[in-house]
Amino acid sequence: MLKRLRESKSAQGTLLITPTLIFMIGLLIIPLLLTLVVSFGQRSADGGVIYTFSLDNYIRLLGYSTDCPNGVSSCFNPLYLQILWRSMALGFNTTVLVILMAYPLAYFIARVKPKWRNTFLFLVLVPMWTNFVIRVYAWMMILRQQGVINSLLGWIAGLFHMPFTPLNMLYTPGAVLVGMVYEFLPFMILPIYTSLEKIENSLYEAAADLGANPFRTFLRITLPLSMPGVVAGTILVFVPVMGTFIVSDLLGGAQVILVGNLIQRQFLDARDPTFGSAASLVLMVLTLIVTYFYTRKFGFGAEIVA
Amino acid sequence: MNPYRRSPWIIASTILVFIFLYAPIVVLMTFAFNASRVNVLFTGIIPSFGDYQIVNGNVTQSPCGPFHWFCELSKNTAVLNAAKNTMIVAITATVVSTIIGTMAALALQRYNFRLRTFSQISLYIPIVIPEIVMGIIILVLFSQLFTSINNVLNLTGDARLNLGLGTVILSHISFMIPFVTLVVQARLQGLDKSYEEAAMDLGANEWTTFRRVTFPMILPGVLSGALLAFTLSIDDFIITFFTNGPGSTTLPIYVYGLLRRVITPELNALSTIWILIVLIAVFMIQRMENRQV
Amino acid sequence: MSEFAVELQDVVKKFITPEGDELAAVNHVSMQIKNGEFFSMLGSSGCGKTTSLRMIAGFEWPSEGEVFIEGKPMGHTPPFQRKVNTVFQNYALFQHMTVYQNVAFGLEMEGAQKAEIEKRVKRALDMVQLTGMERRFPKQLSGGQQQRVALARALVKTPDVLLLDEPLGALDLKLRKEMQLELKSLQQQLGITFIYVTHDQEEALTMSDRIAVMSKGKMMQMGTPVEIYERPHNRFVADFIGESNFLEGKIKSLSKNEAKVFVPDLHVELTGMPIADDLVKGEDVVVSIRPEKIRVAEQSANQNCFEGKVVNTVYIGSDTHVVVDVKGARLKVWEQNRISRLDPKSFYSVGESVHLVLMPENTLVLKKD
Repeated sequence: MLKRLRESKSAQGTLLITPTLIFMIGLLIIPLLLTLVVSFGQRSADGGVIYTFSLDNYIRLLGYSTDCPNGVSSCFNPLYLQILWRSMALGFNTTVLVILMAYPLAYFIARVKPKWRNTFLFLVLVPMWTNFVIRVYAWMMILRQQGVINSLLGWIAGLFHMPFTPLNMLYTPGAVLVGMVYEFLPFMILPIYTSLEKIENSLYEAAADLGANPFRTFLRITLPLSMPGVVAGTILVFVPVMGTFIVSDLLGGAQVILVGNLIQRQFLDARDPTFGSAASLVLMVLTLIVTYFYTRKFGFGAEIVA
Repeated sequence: MNPYRRSPWIIASTILVFIFLYAPIVVLMTFAFNASRVNVLFTGIIPSFGDYQIVNGNVTQSPCGPFHWFCELSKNTAVLNAAKNTMIVAITATVVSTIIGTMAALALQRYNFRLRTFSQISLYIPIVIPEIVMGIIILVLFSQLFTSINNVLNLTGDARLNLGLGTVILSHISFMIPFVTLVVQARLQGLDKSYEEAAMDLGANEWTTFRRVTFPMILPGVLSGALLAFTLSIDDFIITFFTNGPGSTTLPIYVYGLLRRVITPELNALSTIWILIVLIAVFMIQRMENRQV
Repeated sequence: MSEFAVELQDVVKKFITPEGDELAAVNHVSMQIKNGEFFSMLGSSGCGKTTSLRMIAGFEWPSEGEVFIEGKPMGHTPPFQRKVNTVFQNYALFQHMTVYQNVAFGLEMEGAQKAEIEKRVKRALDMVQLTGMERRFPKQLSGGQQQRVALARALVKTPDVLLLDEPLGALDLKLRKEMQLELKSLQQQLGITFIYVTHDQEEALTMSDRIAVMSKGKMMQMGTPVEIYERPHNRFVADFIGESNFLEGKIKSLSKNEAKVFVPDLHVELTGMPIADDLVKGEDVVVSIRPEKIRVAEQSANQNCFEGKVVNTVYIGSDTHVVVDVKGARLKVWEQNRISRLDPKSFYSVGESVHLVLMPENTLVLKKD
């Protein structure tokens, strides 16, 4: 037995991977399959699962409703489609804003003298590692009716003896967008920085030597070569935005319901795990599709790992 | 041509982004010393040490002086309990996932076996799917499994299987293994095979080779993988949210629960301590990565 | 003790390329390496020489065939159970260990006593002239010093066979020449079998007792440096080792040590030495002539003499390289500069008419492949 193990590289590899496979199969593959089975089931009166095969949950997500006004037995209710659409749109908006803010900063760090780069990267990392929930809390303090911004504005208005009514910023879609951008900004800065830093200086010199001005150098050299970083960053931002529910919960109040909130409510308030399972799987498939086509179009972002 | 030449636009936007990044943190930390009890307006730092005194809703004197809210925090057993849970989960999950993840990295980088592609792909899944899906599927598994077991064995009361620290730890481990594996794999990729071959050539068997040569050389990678896992674990909200149960509240869950009801300066004190701890951890990761170069 | 230190019997090593194709890096190769021999495997990158060496070391196992060390078939014996040691191309010194710890590592694995280890490490470091460097780390050493540590680390184990994988590749030219001589004398002094992989033909010719020339996973020729250079078995070896002029032709008549070959390019019949045993009359062949073995004569001489025009001349110090056009065929001719002179007129000039003499014993008739 031992001799066989010694002579077989394949057996050694299998032995080393076994614990990982136990976890990946037990806590990833089997749960995924079980969730799929549950999503075809029906909710029982006490919030449990009746195992049947019905597509009701998916049909419900697509807008088919039996809870209609005027005693009609079924009607079209786009509520869930709207939620999905809102989540996708928020994911898109957040990503675009984050790219616009992250790129100049990443560019700055990549072009700063090497001995300073780590310091700046450190400064980018600190907010990222500060707890997610705490960061949302900070924005609650800033955006509240009596929060930091309104206090500042009120103080300025007071200096000029002007009347001031506090702005309503918390519990708006705008607050959710700001919160999302803040949460995920560092996830874009790091990969863009990584790909910018890889560009050798001689390339800029060659471009200049061949007569390109700085703007054209940026368009033709820097931007294309940093695309892998942008792609990786987009995935790192878009995917979690789609599945987060705290930001919208705490900064959007009841105003902004995203897929994440929908799923969370099915499991905690509405006690309908079958519908929640279906929604989770739809969310997963949607993000995988977006990620797949996006990476296929722009090449896989190897920077994700870095 | 000066490679470090920068346009003023870049510098200006860099400064603005840094302000955006740090303003919330400064606000958080400042309010940790706020005299106001309701924590709505900043009414100044608690001015003096002495017996606890409160005037018009503002703390004017405290045995801990400006650190009043830190002292209050240290008396809050719910917070201390949550902190204890967070550490138990993070330490256990980090140790287990670092060992398992390092083994997986070795297997994937140094060996060929039948399930190689399958393993590599399954390790990517937790990274590319939304975290909430990870949380949900594990919740579905445990709740369905526990319900069946409880029913079949007719368990009642305390004997019933329930979500708790165990389920949180298990789900953290499976979430962290891929990250550890990727970090260690990257390190192994940069480590030429010839070092291990040299050791074997000189008479070391596989285990001795690993112990004396491979492991010391990938140690920085293993440590930064472990630190990454640790920070992911203490920071995790979503997965813990779905897999915790009574008595297994971690700090992020505790803070979230609090935020939905009341906001006190104690929370700012907690945040401040948290940020400082993370600062030290990130600093250590950076040092480690610098040593790798 | 077996006659051969190492023997490869009909060894094949197949790899799966990333595209999923099967590639034979080593294709039915056999060789016998005698005890105490300095044996080189020579070829360009991808010829299979390093893979062959790795199969002897035990890092790879043959897909077919068998490797014998001291007469024993190795099968799937792991590297740590073989009495051979390797000097790696990149040295593979353990970066986290000192020079002393690196050299002592192999002895520790044998379970040697501390005092014994100390004594042998000291002796090994003395041998490679690194006395006093024990406490340094590899990164604190120059390339040449690292190379010596790698050598000491392998030799301290007193292996039956020492495998060297392009050990001098990373050194600059001057240091490389020094190390070549040093390695050769070390090998003679220790009497250990050295198997040396290189792509540098001069290195192989300088150091080796015997050379195996390999190409595309196949053995092209095995022999002493003189045999390889003077009697190449095929066009590849004649071309790869040194330089040659090749003239295509057809065998007119054939005897044991002489072949008359008609060369259409020159419209003449050349007499040369047949190399392969299985040449037949009428066969298409190649006549190979080394440039330094062509004599330039003032006047026309015997049958193997041709008139041509100088097309190009390059002075390279010890020799002058002349290219001569003979009826449209270009021949390289190397003339030694035996006399010290400066006058440009005393050298050949472009356009000048010359006579080339090819002695039959200096021309080889090879199979056309």
